[in-house]
Amino acid sequence: MSIETMSLSGRKKEVSNKKMTFLESLYLVTILKGLFITIRHLFRRKVTIKYPEQTREMSPVYRGQHMLMRDEEGRERCTACGLCALSCPAEAITMKAEERKPDEMHLYREEKYASIYEINMLRCIFCGLCEEACPKQAIYLTKSRTMVRSNSDREDFIFGKDKLVMPLDMAIDNTKKPQMAK
Amino acid sequence: MDQAIIIEKSVVIIAVFALTMVMAMYSTLAERKIAAWLQDRIGPNRAGKGGILQPLADGLKLFSKEEFFPNTPNRFLFIVGPFISMSTALMTSAVIPWGDKLHVFGRDVILQATDIDVAILYVFGVLSVGVYGIMIGGWASNNKFSLMSAMRASSQMISYEVAMGLSIIALIMMTGTLSLKEIAAGQEGMNWNVFYQPVGFLIFLVCSFAETNRTPFDLAECEAELIGGYHTEYSSMKMGFYLFAEYASMFISSTILAVLYFGAYNYPGMEWMKENVGVNTANVIGMVVLFAKLCFFIFFYMWVRWTVPRFRYDQLMRLGWKMLIPLAIANIIITGIIILINDGNFTF
Repeated sequence: MSIETMSLSGRKKEVSNKKMTFLESLYLVTILKGLFITIRHLFRRKVTIKYPEQTREMSPVYRGQHMLMRDEEGRERCTACGLCALSCPAEAITMKAEERKPDEMHLYREEKYASIYEINMLRCIFCGLCEEACPKQAIYLTKSRTMVRSNSDREDFIFGKDKLVMPLDMAIDNTKKPQMAK
Repeated sequence: MDQAIIIEKSVVIIAVFALTMVMAMYSTLAERKIAAWLQDRIGPNRAGKGGILQPLADGLKLFSKEEFFPNTPNRFLFIVGPFISMSTALMTSAVIPWGDKLHVFGRDVILQATDIDVAILYVFGVLSVGVYGIMIGGWASNNKFSLMSAMRASSQMISYEVAMGLSIIALIMMTGTLSLKEIAAGQEGMNWNVFYQPVGFLIFLVCSFAETNRTPFDLAECEAELIGGYHTEYSSMKMGFYLFAEYASMFISSTILAVLYFGAYNYPGMEWMKENVGVNTANVIGMVVLFAKLCFFIFFYMWVRWTVPRFRYDQLMRLGWKMLIPLAIANIIITGIIILINDGNFTF
């Protein structure tokens, strides 16, 4: 096959400027053909997803809002190493580390923890690189369908630990579930 | 006796008025639904079951919207514009024969508001007044885009009215009457005019698309060039009146198409029904048949809207003046020759 006749889609058509015959120039046949095409769509399956009742099937690699995980005992996993912030291409993550006090043993898993952990949702591109970079399996992008809500107040888009850390009752639920064999 | 006629006519008039209103209302829903279906969507389905209350919701919304007046030179004309459009759209329904007569309380009730001998001329006369609605509305808006759109729309309507009138002349020559009632009565059984006047029908169809400002010819509204059209400056129910008038005139022109060319209330086997089942039943079925025919035409209007793209203005004028009018004249001449040959007055 020569390069001129090649067509990747198989729908390649040569442009022709030939003069229309009288019947063609009336356009009646063409309009009838068009009418036939549109009427066929009347009986097609509708593609609409009725949103509040039905939701779209998300792809298995869908990445929703971030969550800072807790371990089996409900302690925060994050050790504030900063690798997520370093790997973030949008530089959306900022954090401040602090040393764990002896009476906080039940709160944080490592000796160091993030006292401030913020993600700027206006910058985040949900690429998932933070998730990849994290050595402690602390940050995950959830399957949550709730998008970041629109707002005119820019400060609200910086999600702090109050919005990011896994809620305690969720961690408690997780401990009740049978643990996977290690 | 006189009282009975007054009651009878008022009942018919109110029924026709209500029918036109309801049809125009539900045409808006039908339009949105059919548009959606033809595009593989579902369309309005929130208000009521399957969106059946959508027209009411739309009406409520239009009534409760803010009324805005531009800094217009003549506020009165600004209000009168949609009013003229609306009333001309509704006035045409007065001469349409909705069915043959019914026998009620020992009286013949003619299902037509007024049976005038020049019904077709009346329809054309009222239609041409409709141009004023658009023109006045566009002028009183004090907006050059509205004015341009109104100019476009009115010159389009005027030019297509010529072709429309000429196309109907062949039909009148054939039937020998201007009365819609007699034209309807003359198409008994399957003796529909469309079989004798296919070209005339085609011209009439195209022209009625142009007259009602429906899509291949809806140059009155054009978001790309004219912001909206002649109704750019209109808001709330005045805007609603313009839209409503479009749907009402669509309903009326569908009816006229059905009456003139598609046998009106006639259906095959009507005579048999009259003799064996009863005149009233046969005529009620006739009304239903007419209704089905006009519903088909309304559907056809919408179907074409989502198929054929809008014409360019010069194409529109070329089609009207250089093609449809000569074609209509040729149609008249050929019809005339055939009538002469059939009568035996003309020998080669």
